Amino acid sequence: MQVLKLIFKNAFRHRLRTFLTIAGISIAILAFGLLRTVVDAWYAGVEASAANRLVSRNAISLIFPLPLSYKEKIRQVDGVTVVSYGNWFGGIYIDEKNFFPNFAVEPKSYLELYPEYVFQPDQLAALLRDRKGFAAGRKLADKYKWKPGDTVILKGTIFPGEWEFVLRGIYKGRTKSVDETQFFFHWDYLNETLKKTIAARADQVGFYMIGVKNPNIASNVTAAIDKTFKNSLAETLTETEKAFQMSFISMSEAIVIAIQLVSFVVIIIIMAVMANTMAMSARERIGEYAVFKTLGFGGMYIAVLVFGESLFISATGCVIGTILTFPAAKAFGNEMSQFFPIFNVSVNTIYLDVAAAFVIGITAAIIPTYRAVSIRIADGLRRIG
Amino acid sequence: MNGKRPIVELRNICKSYQRGNQNIPVLNDITFDIIEGEFLALMGPSGSGKSTLLNLIAGIDKADSGVINVAGIDIAALSEMELAGWRAANVGFIFQFYNLIPVLTAFENVELPLLLSGLSKKEKKSHVETALRIVNLSDRLEHYPGELSGGQQQRVAIARAIVTDPAIIVADEPTGDLDRVSAEEILGLMDRLVHELGKTIIMVTHDPRAAGKAHFIKHLDKGVLNAGPQADF
Ligand SMILES: Nc1ncnc2c1ncn2[C@@H]1O[C@H](COP(=O)(O)OP(=O)(O)O)[C@@H](O)[C@H]1O
Ligand SMILES: [Mg+2]
Repeated sequence: MQVLKLIFKNAFRHRLRTFLTIAGISIAILAFGLLRTVVDAWYAGVEASAANRLVSRNAISLIFPLPLSYKEKIRQVDGVTVVSYGNWFGGIYIDEKNFFPNFAVEPKSYLELYPEYVFQPDQLAALLRDRKGFAAGRKLADKYKWKPGDTVILKGTIFPGEWEFVLRGIYKGRTKSVDETQFFFHWDYLNETLKKTIAARADQVGFYMIGVKNPNIASNVTAAIDKTFKNSLAETLTETEKAFQMSFISMSEAIVIAIQLVSFVVIIIIMAVMANTMAMSARERIGEYAVFKTLGFGGMYIAVLVFGESLFISATGCVIGTILTFPAAKAFGNEMSQFFPIFNVSVNTIYLDVAAAFVIGITAAIIPTYRAVSIRIADGLRRIG
Repeated sequence: MNGKRPIVELRNICKSYQRGNQNIPVLNDITFDIIEGEFLALMGPSGSGKSTLLNLIAGIDKADSGVINVAGIDIAALSEMELAGWRAANVGFIFQFYNLIPVLTAFENVELPLLLSGLSKKEKKSHVETALRIVNLSDRLEHYPGELSGGQQQRVAIARAIVTDPAIIVADEPTGDLDRVSAEEILGLMDRLVHELGKTIIMVTHDPRAAGKAHFIKHLDKGVLNAGPQADF
């Protein structure tokens, strides 16, 4: 008979109590994991950004454009390898509730800059050839059951009118963290149409996307670009892609902080529940622990029994909760794919699950162990009968 | 092996409890010897300090003053940890409510004290089986305490008390929770431990019939010891 066996048997002395506690921990770990995943999803754009990519926009605000003529001047800045550009299109597909990001880009340079969008070669060629062609991420195409060759009409909001596109390429993400819900098409198509309709808005770019030779020189290049356009009619604000993505999130940072807070509150609540379970068990067994001590067992042995039982229960809850997190995140991610295109349970979240369960198990055992170890044997024995 | 040497020597033992700021004297200047191989019954009214005295002799509580020598060792001088080791090697315990671990089988309960010994698995097994054979429970090895009668549980407890082969066995009201037949059985067993295995037994009881089985009876009253009439054996 070993200690482990005793720990295991002790844990299941009150089956219902143990079962409920494990269920509670499982649910807490599940909730914690989902909330952490929401936080991760929030930062997915930041995570996916590359250190060698910069974004340049109008210094006043993102809604003001920059002239197309800046392209050549940016290209001449030392350290710049690729310059691409685009406009947020903001078109609506049939109904407003069908939200997905859509923009106009110069596809050749754009895809050079974003190699994580992977196309089949024939589809890529077809996309580049057709000026009315567009590319869609795999998830987006799946959602609306679009096949290559299908015509899709977006209702313009920023750029009025009904815009007709033909699906030419469906891309897959090179890694799991690549957004597969995007829609992009030829900037030239947008620009040429504008020339015919609202000529004043033609040859204007929403933002430049710039590749640099290596991340170390990014800040030099950033400064050099902004200096180039200093005191011009449209000054630029250039920043790393990461900082650019971050600027969107910082608007909603309070929500993220609230979610993080809630995730920890969940853990603290279950910690209290677990501590109560362990305190009840230890109180009932105080006489038994006195018997162990009478027989010559030390405080260490009793500590191992209590901590072992507590950790066993919290670990079981952790395993169940973590396993449940995956299907739950998948279901949640599918449901919320408009808001969270990337919704993956990260390895980090699993580490946090394990750490949380460990802390729960340890904290719950501290006071009961202290009581069991410090009670005088004679007093402990008196509690029996 | 009934020698005539005292195995327990108590000298001027005093013990009181603190309740709030009140000092409650329980044992008052107790002095006596227990001879090796003796079966001693400690009697006295409830609350007279019998359990307290037994706990002091068994090394699970400490006296306020006085000397307790057990088998040549001054146990008052031992640290908590040394005392734990000393108990494991020298004292067997029998309680009124058996105090078996309910989630362990009879075998495992008896094996418990051996976990602290350096014995091999095989040696442990043979010790446990021997102890359970002595108490006549060889056919109940895999039973849990809940599946045994009170008398049987107390026999398992006796097996647990003797499995480490201690010189001294202390028993606090061992028959207090048993019917007459079971009590007889337990007392018969304890008698055999003294006569056949040469153990020294100190038994607290307030049952005169149980005390009658002992060689000597001592009465505790209000913290003072009176030598009782010698029992016939
Ligand atoms: N831990 C304790 N704290 C305070 N008083 C105690 C404690 N243990 C025992 N007593 C008191 O000491 C006296 C003797 O107790 P005990 O030795 O258990 O008596 P007995 O076993 O003869 O019935 C009783 O009055 C009891 O209430
Ligand atoms: Mg008593």
